[in-house]
Amino acid sequence: MSKQDVIKSNSQIVQKEMITRNYDKITSGKVKVSSTFVPGNLNELLMCFDIANNLPEINAIQNAMRKKSGDMIMEAERGGHSEDVCTYVKADIGMMAKGNIAPNGKPFPDPDVLLLSYTGCFTFMKWFELLREQYKCPTVMLHVPYDANAGPTKNMRDYVVKQLKEEVIPTLEKISGIKFDIDRLREYLRKSAKAEDDLVWMLEQSKRKPSPIDCYFGGIYYMGPIFTAFRGTDEAIEYYKLLRVEIEERIKLGLCAQSLDGDMPEEKYRLVVEGPPNWTNFREFWQMFSEAGAVVVASSYTKVGGVYDYDGFRHDADHPLETLADYCLGVYSNRNLPTRVDMLAKNIVDYEADGLLINSIKSCNSFSAGQLVIMREVEKLTGKPGAFIETDLVDPRYFSAANVKNRLESYFQMIDQKRRAGGSATLAV
Amino acid sequence: MSTKSVKELVTYCQEIFDDLNFSEARRWKAAKAGRKVIGFMPVYVPREIIHAAGMLPLGILGGGADMEVIHGDAYYQSYICRIPRSTIEMALSGKLDFVDGMMFPSICDVIRNLSGIWQLLFKDKYVRYFDAPQNFKDNIGGVFYANELRELREGLEKLGGRKISDADMRNSISVFNENRSWVNKVYDYRAASPWKAPSAEVYLLMRAGMVLPVEEHTQLIKDYLAAAEAENRPVRDNCRVALTGAFCEQPPLNLIKSLEMAGCYIVDDDFMLVNRWIKGDVETSGDPIENLSKAFLHQSVETAAKYEDDINVKGAYLLESVAKRGADGVIFAAPSFCDPALLDQPMMVSRLVARKIPYITMQYAENSGQMQPIREQAGTFADSIKLWGAA
Amino acid sequence: MRTFIGIDLGSTTTKAVLMDENRVVLGRGITNSRSNYDVAARVSKQEAKISARFTLFNQALGTKGGADRLLADLERNFRLEQFLSELTLLEKTCEAYLDQPRFKEGKAALKEALVAIFKKIEGEAPQIYAPDADRKSDFFRDIAGSRFMNIAEAVSKEAGTSFEALLNIYDKSILDIESQVSPDEIVSRQLLNGLSRALREVSGVEVSEADAQTALKKVLDTELEETYVVGTGYGRVRLPFPKEHIRSEILCHGMGAHMMFPGTRTVLDIGGQDTKGIQIDENGIVANFQMNDRCAAGCGRYLGYIADEMKIGLHELGPIAMKATKATRINSTCTVFAGAELRDRLALGEKQADILAGLHRSIMLRAMSILSRSGGVSDQFTFTGGVAKNESAVNELRKLIKDNYGDVTINISDESIYTGALGGASFAHRAV
Repeated sequence: MSKQDVIKSNSQIVQKEMITRNYDKITSGKVKVSSTFVPGNLNELLMCFDIANNLPEINAIQNAMRKKSGDMIMEAERGGHSEDVCTYVKADIGMMAKGNIAPNGKPFPDPDVLLLSYTGCFTFMKWFELLREQYKCPTVMLHVPYDANAGPTKNMRDYVVKQLKEEVIPTLEKISGIKFDIDRLREYLRKSAKAEDDLVWMLEQSKRKPSPIDCYFGGIYYMGPIFTAFRGTDEAIEYYKLLRVEIEERIKLGLCAQSLDGDMPEEKYRLVVEGPPNWTNFREFWQMFSEAGAVVVASSYTKVGGVYDYDGFRHDADHPLETLADYCLGVYSNRNLPTRVDMLAKNIVDYEADGLLINSIKSCNSFSAGQLVIMREVEKLTGKPGAFIETDLVDPRYFSAANVKNRLESYFQMIDQKRRAGGSATLAV
Repeated sequence: MSTKSVKELVTYCQEIFDDLNFSEARRWKAAKAGRKVIGFMPVYVPREIIHAAGMLPLGILGGGADMEVIHGDAYYQSYICRIPRSTIEMALSGKLDFVDGMMFPSICDVIRNLSGIWQLLFKDKYVRYFDAPQNFKDNIGGVFYANELRELREGLEKLGGRKISDADMRNSISVFNENRSWVNKVYDYRAASPWKAPSAEVYLLMRAGMVLPVEEHTQLIKDYLAAAEAENRPVRDNCRVALTGAFCEQPPLNLIKSLEMAGCYIVDDDFMLVNRWIKGDVETSGDPIENLSKAFLHQSVETAAKYEDDINVKGAYLLESVAKRGADGVIFAAPSFCDPALLDQPMMVSRLVARKIPYITMQYAENSGQMQPIREQAGTFADSIKLWGAA
Repeated sequence: MRTFIGIDLGSTTTKAVLMDENRVVLGRGITNSRSNYDVAARVSKQEAKISARFTLFNQALGTKGGADRLLADLERNFRLEQFLSELTLLEKTCEAYLDQPRFKEGKAALKEALVAIFKKIEGEAPQIYAPDADRKSDFFRDIAGSRFMNIAEAVSKEAGTSFEALLNIYDKSILDIESQVSPDEIVSRQLLNGLSRALREVSGVEVSEADAQTALKKVLDTELEETYVVGTGYGRVRLPFPKEHIRSEILCHGMGAHMMFPGTRTVLDIGGQDTKGIQIDENGIVANFQMNDRCAAGCGRYLGYIADEMKIGLHELGPIAMKATKATRINSTCTVFAGAELRDRLALGEKQADILAGLHRSIMLRAMSILSRSGGVSDQFTFTGGVAKNESAVNELRKLIKDNYGDVTINISDESIYTGALGGASFAHRAV
């Protein structure tokens, strides 16, 4: 396949189509709609009831990338919300106040149910309580206990399974009028596992030097289908197959990672990144890396909707409800701090990175509280330097380009100087 | 029968409050070999189990207004509340060296992650993240929670090197039932005649309960009520407010004093919810674990960190409190950056607005120094209530 | 000779440091930052070269026989020459603006006013540059600006011309002047003229006129080859240097501190607008850093704001605070609220000195936070930036470091404003 062909069958285009199609489905008025969260996204279960999957986090991201979230946040603050709280929530509430228009230009319907997957983030609880006030719709709480001791207990698992059996499924049955068929769930879970295999293969390709892909900025696009309304579908399987072919081609051609501006000419720095990206200035932020020849070889954010590489988890069709529980318990933001340290340190070693970069998000306590400790622990374990930048998710007021660039450039130059002195930093081929 | 004056009792409580080395707790530990101290953070842990293990539950509420944080700042960015950094500061400066274990309740992500920091920093201490259920059905959340309690019991048995019998637990439940009823008596007393029990004093009394053995605290409360009744204090023309949002990082004592100085009797609050968490008594006969579990599921207060399944019930606790305590209005006092308090606030506010109950909102940090704006805001609120108060 | 230059474009001032191939600093230059970054860089570089020539001249003459006095006088007179040159240029530029249509009406009166103003400033110039003269600033823009403003007000009142018009003309003209760099030949001539004046003024110098002039000419003829130039500066969308010639200001700062005090392991820089905590290794390379660049609390501007609030000079803050008997606890770290808390305290009867001491402690607590996050304080500790000149700030810092990190050597240099440029020069040297 020639280079031109690679550009033509761009998985990015396919991925974009999938997301657009899902918005059309949500706004069609022809299906029941559930709102839920990316961590703890029980897409396969929702599919059993023909319920469309709406993800407010994704909506906030879409608004941010379209430069609309700033106004939405200010609207929410005018309505009484504090400056200090999560900007996803405020963007969502602001969007609702401004007409609740989806990225496809059509109005969002009121959700038929709020599936409160309470995993990895306290704010989720408040978010859906706030939405419940607006919509006055059925809300079902799925409490996923925190994996405080690096290994969910039987008690935790049983608790989640019980809630699925006695709270979530009955509610979804009632909303949809469809009886739960566990075999249907099994079928979807089998498909999930298939896609997950290709997903993990993809993540591991950035162990190569040069890495053919960026696993943070680029990773956002790759994780799209598996994190959203497509895990458990044939389309997701197809997407990850397509992605795999593309990446195999890139590897054959010895290409460096691709940014929005094209292939990077040279790979100078390999980084592991912890923390969500900034969405309002996504492109600009990415360019600061790609223009410096920096590729992200692994990131924690690409595990926020599910961890498949660290402990080899795959959705297990033979234990459908238990596997859903395991999935929810294992998302990145539900892991304890020592585990996060371990995951990141392993990434640095396995992916031969120059160091850990933390993008600390002002309004997200789940990720941010403790990141300074994570940085120090990872530095200790790996001997590689860490860097700390501070931005926000979707509030443009908290992204200062000069600020971020200054710190990034200093970090890259630090690595350079260490290499010159014969330090421990690795050199890309 | 104690004949201590209010002044003596309050001075005693103030000393305990000011003492970041927890001398009283250290003394208790040193008095008998093998004693252990378990620190716990807001908002709720079942202290009965700690007590049944023969250990002292020690409430950790941050370093307070006078403690400078230097090393603690290495652990947290500036946009995170102060309680975790001052708590770490205390730990790093040796103030908690005698504490054998720490419990971190599931109140928010900051405290949640703090449990992980503790695991990394203090590998030799017992660290337990205490995940309370957000499902309140006996056969679902109840089962999970009862098992959590059993795990806690086992953990403390291992730490203490001795078994905790059901009888021990029943006894502890009874002791805490008594303490709780006396705490409620204080709150009732204050609401009935707030000039006789200034909030700053009540606050110090309750803070003492975070450090002292519970039996001593119960006695202290009895003494205070008797002494307060004996005092002759003038009634003031203050309005009555319920204060909410300050259930974790505590405001400076000066803030509480400032509110009352500015003309607002605090007739209810949510400082240290742990000592009134269970409404009524926990059943003392039968399986103590099941009893504690059921009490939590069905008799808990409402607070921001706890999910309310029924939208019609949400806010009921605050509204009941306003009614029961005869409050004229509500003051929302939240720490800066506090997700639970700040995200819950709009929902509480809307319920007050619907019932035309006046309210104001304010933010603080545990070391806030500027009381002038607080006095102004509270004073204006008090005046507006008096001028345009409901008939 | 081969030279290596570092240029640091700061928010208020632009600095340059020039070193020889043995990394010995020959010259330092400073100028006010301006909208044309390229010019600011070139002016500071030129100043550094001038400073280098003084150093070389000094080396040629030695220090005996009153040579040091001659040198001091030379410098003074050179600055005077520079000033007069710029003044003439400014006058010409101002007069050229009179040709604009809007000044047509009052043109004659304005011209007269301008002539009077500039004549007066020219008359004052020797006084401004007299030995031991106390100048608030050394920058032409500041000196000429304040004199012009002052004199123009008086002149316009007397002559009945528009003060506003005069200011208008000045504002435009100064921008033009600020975007120009004097050619080297002119600078050389100014130096030679300055030497002539100095030789006439100074007495009891053993160096002969002929020797002095020969020595200076030789120094002026020595080519200062710009072998490599490194630029640094924060917040500039585009620095006027090619990419390979730019180093981050954090790295330059770390390296600069290392050059000044090789035992440094921790650097604290409190600038006008940001605070940096930097850990460096034994080679001066940054190992860790943290910045506070979103908030003015604890930075130089904060002190400026306080000085304004209390209606005292910036340089008076430290000395007054040192007289405190206790440090009032100030909890407002926000610059915006500090003023209110200040007034509150004064109204409550607290002493000005005590409040100021409390404020200084408050600033240093912020700095301690940044240091803490960057990795703590290791021996030796170097403190740079304008705030390092404030004795009360330094006093509070010493106490805090002693209490929290034990006995640590604390280094402060008078030349700390050049730290970034010094680091840049060192990187320039490394690059070749």
